[in-house]
Amino acid sequence: MSTSPPLLDVKDLNITFGSGESATHAVRGIDFSIAKGETVAVVGESGSGKSVTALSLVRLLPPPPTCRIEGDIHFSGHAIQELRTSQLRELRGKSIAYIFQEPSTSLNPVFSIHNQISEALLLHRPEVREISDEIERLLELVKIPNAKKRMHDYPHQLSGGMQQRVMIAMALACRPKLLVADEPTTALDVTIQSEIMELLVELKNEFKMAIMLITHNFGIVSGFADRVIVMFRGNIVEQGPTQEVLNNPQHPYTQALIDCIPKLGKKQERLTTIDYDKISGATQK
Amino acid sequence: MQPRKIFRELCKRPIGMISLGVLVCFYLIALFADFLAPYPTSTQNLDKPFHPPTALTWTSSGLGCKVYQNADAINPDWKPVKNETRSIQWFAEGYDYKFLGFIPANTHLFQLKDSQEGDRIYLLGSDSTGRDVFSRLLKGSQVSLTIGIAGISITLFVGFVVGGLSGYFGGLSDFVAMRFVEFLMAIPGLYLLLSLRAALAPYFKSDQMFYLIVVILAMIGWAGTARVIRGMSLSIRRRPFVQAAESMGQSTWKILFQHILPNLFSYLLVAATLSIPGYILGEAALSFLGLGIQEPAASWGLMLSQAQDMKVFMFNFWWMLTPGFAIFITVIAFNLLGDTLRDIVDPKFQMNRSS
Amino acid sequence: MNLLSVKDLKVHFPVRSGILQRVTDYIRAVDGISFEVAKGSCVGLVGESGSGKSTTGKALIGLNPVSEGSIVYDQKELANLGRKDFQPLRKRIQMVFQDPFNSLNPRMRVEQIVGEPLGIHEPELSKSERRNRIEELLKQVGLDSKALNRFPHAFSGGQRQRIGIARALAVKPEFLILDEPVSALDVSVQAQIINLLSDLKTEFNLTYLFISHDLAVVEHFCDTTLVMNQGKLAEQGPTEEILSNPKDSYTQRLLSAVPSL
Repeated sequence: MSTSPPLLDVKDLNITFGSGESATHAVRGIDFSIAKGETVAVVGESGSGKSVTALSLVRLLPPPPTCRIEGDIHFSGHAIQELRTSQLRELRGKSIAYIFQEPSTSLNPVFSIHNQISEALLLHRPEVREISDEIERLLELVKIPNAKKRMHDYPHQLSGGMQQRVMIAMALACRPKLLVADEPTTALDVTIQSEIMELLVELKNEFKMAIMLITHNFGIVSGFADRVIVMFRGNIVEQGPTQEVLNNPQHPYTQALIDCIPKLGKKQERLTTIDYDKISGATQK
Repeated sequence: MQPRKIFRELCKRPIGMISLGVLVCFYLIALFADFLAPYPTSTQNLDKPFHPPTALTWTSSGLGCKVYQNADAINPDWKPVKNETRSIQWFAEGYDYKFLGFIPANTHLFQLKDSQEGDRIYLLGSDSTGRDVFSRLLKGSQVSLTIGIAGISITLFVGFVVGGLSGYFGGLSDFVAMRFVEFLMAIPGLYLLLSLRAALAPYFKSDQMFYLIVVILAMIGWAGTARVIRGMSLSIRRRPFVQAAESMGQSTWKILFQHILPNLFSYLLVAATLSIPGYILGEAALSFLGLGIQEPAASWGLMLSQAQDMKVFMFNFWWMLTPGFAIFITVIAFNLLGDTLRDIVDPKFQMNRSS
Repeated sequence: MNLLSVKDLKVHFPVRSGILQRVTDYIRAVDGISFEVAKGSCVGLVGESGSGKSTTGKALIGLNPVSEGSIVYDQKELANLGRKDFQPLRKRIQMVFQDPFNSLNPRMRVEQIVGEPLGIHEPELSKSERRNRIEELLKQVGLDSKALNRFPHAFSGGQRQRIGIARALAVKPEFLILDEPVSALDVSVQAQIINLLSDLKTEFNLTYLFISHDLAVVEHFCDTTLVMNQGKLAEQGPTEEILSNPKDSYTQRLLSAVPSL
């Protein structure tokens, strides 16, 4: 891993919303990298800057002066901040694909599944001739039963889990090198949640793509991610191999975040909460 | 969005601010119309028809105006008399009126000092019976400007009650109300206007024509509003905070007015601003056709209809332009203000500059 | 003593189709469930989306019409009770909603939101009495009295849920229906709210019906658990028993899906 350059390399990333006194620093100078085929989980609470970091990779954030992105982002050899808009568009979807939390709002309600996937295919893989066959193959890949028939359905005819599968199929349509999954299972039921996570692992191995999983729940990280990045108020407080971080967290925040999850079979009288003052003190040092 | 926040955003947009400023000026003028106008709307002066605007000069006792004489006995051909002027007295006593409709007063901004019988100051000229166009324009603004506000208030209230209730309750009442609304909307507006005018006229005296017009315009306008509000209340009704209010036993009226109405505020504000011009133009159209405000009262539409007269056009065409110009400015200002407000309130717009 | 006993409750929503909007079918959201809630206990109602757990909660408080069956609350029949007869009972049963971002009216200040149930059920309170009561409520849920004059958007998800809880507690109810009160929140905030709810339960001697999809939270919080699947109860019993020794295959599936650390 140390010999080949990483797929994604982020150095000193700063993201600021607004300017002057009302400016909010969403991300404050973070460094991280993702290797080819690696699964990295970014864990943090809402407001920790994890989603903003993910969106900044292909500049999906509002343009300046509303939002300023500073720092170096290199993706498979390209410096993203130097790309022109057309090149950036090429990168979006084709090399870096996104799936979001709410599948119901990410899909356009007035187009059928077939329409939406074929749009992505026509845009990024014009060489595909038999579009319907390819769509059927993709839907089978994400384990949608009866794919041939279902692809003419509209989003509202599918359940939340099925919609998320369609989103994944759309993301896979262009064979991305990096799949950014922003809380892909938060809106779903537990049983569906585990199915979707299993599906993602399977597809990752098949397509040899890297996954950046953004979540607020340590629960789904173990057994899925190779490495974990823990974010707290715009900073990375800890990163390392998943098992190491989970079993032996170095930073008090990581510890607290793991502790506050109610664990099945280990009933506590009171759930542990996070003492933010203590952690802010520790982060400053 | 909070009203205060909307106003703060508005302050940042020059076009919206200018429109708002113009409208505030117009409404203040309408409010003080009697004070600003030197003569009553109906006072005729048959000696001086088609008088041109009086030229102002500087006299020994301050600002004054020239005196005119008709050079032609048959056709109006007014020429200023040399070396003869009348001076203007500020804050002078004039005709009696009631400020705001109930405070008796007789002070006016200006009058002619020691004027002899028939001496008049015509800032915008006079019409065929020698009435002061300037005074009529001011008094006319009261009718034309308030008709928009009064009309839209009734429209929004009826639209909100009908639309809000049918959206809230759904079912049969919703079905009946919406079919009735569609029926109203299917009739072309102008014919409905004319037929309502004909049908309702016997119940109103000619000096109540103002109310009749408001009622007619509101009866045509509420249908569209009710439809939109029904849709919005249907979606707000599904939101958990309405269910929370229901679960605690809140009454239907309170849910409608405390929970649904405030959440429609932004929409209603924009809708009101953008539809007021319709009412102003509606009144103008009715009066222009002779079916609206009746002589001797004044309104901008009525003044425009007088301007059709060929004689007026020949001798005094500029005063024909003034009510038209006033309508034009008002309508433009309302539309620009409405557009600006919509930009502020539109959620899509907010997303682009979210911070 | 049972505070609430539900017998064979059914909530069916008609499906209309065609031009005449004739009822052609029913969605059987809740299809014959029976359970009891003892006074002072906390009952967990677990299930996935579409299982009918929220519909059940709403039916108890009259937000959904009951098609069949009976809901007996403190010896009074609640099912399809008229508005007027229900009113005194609404004071005793309150509900906390799932989505803290949508369950508070964005146009009302916190004082109005928390004071709304007081205005309905205790209109005799004077202005200052009411204000004092609201301030006290806010303190009880861990909010500053500065919150009084703010609008909901000024608060984080956890704080909004606290406001929602304060509103539910305003009229001193004895029974709270908690409809997924923590599922929209971050895990760290979730723990705070759960702790708050359990403190309030002891302090005010409350009875809870806790609707959730998270088995781990239910294990920590509830004495008895009902597992719901497709409108029917798959299993019910003491929480420990159900979680350590699930008999129903659906419960087993649900348990195995919970991610382990």
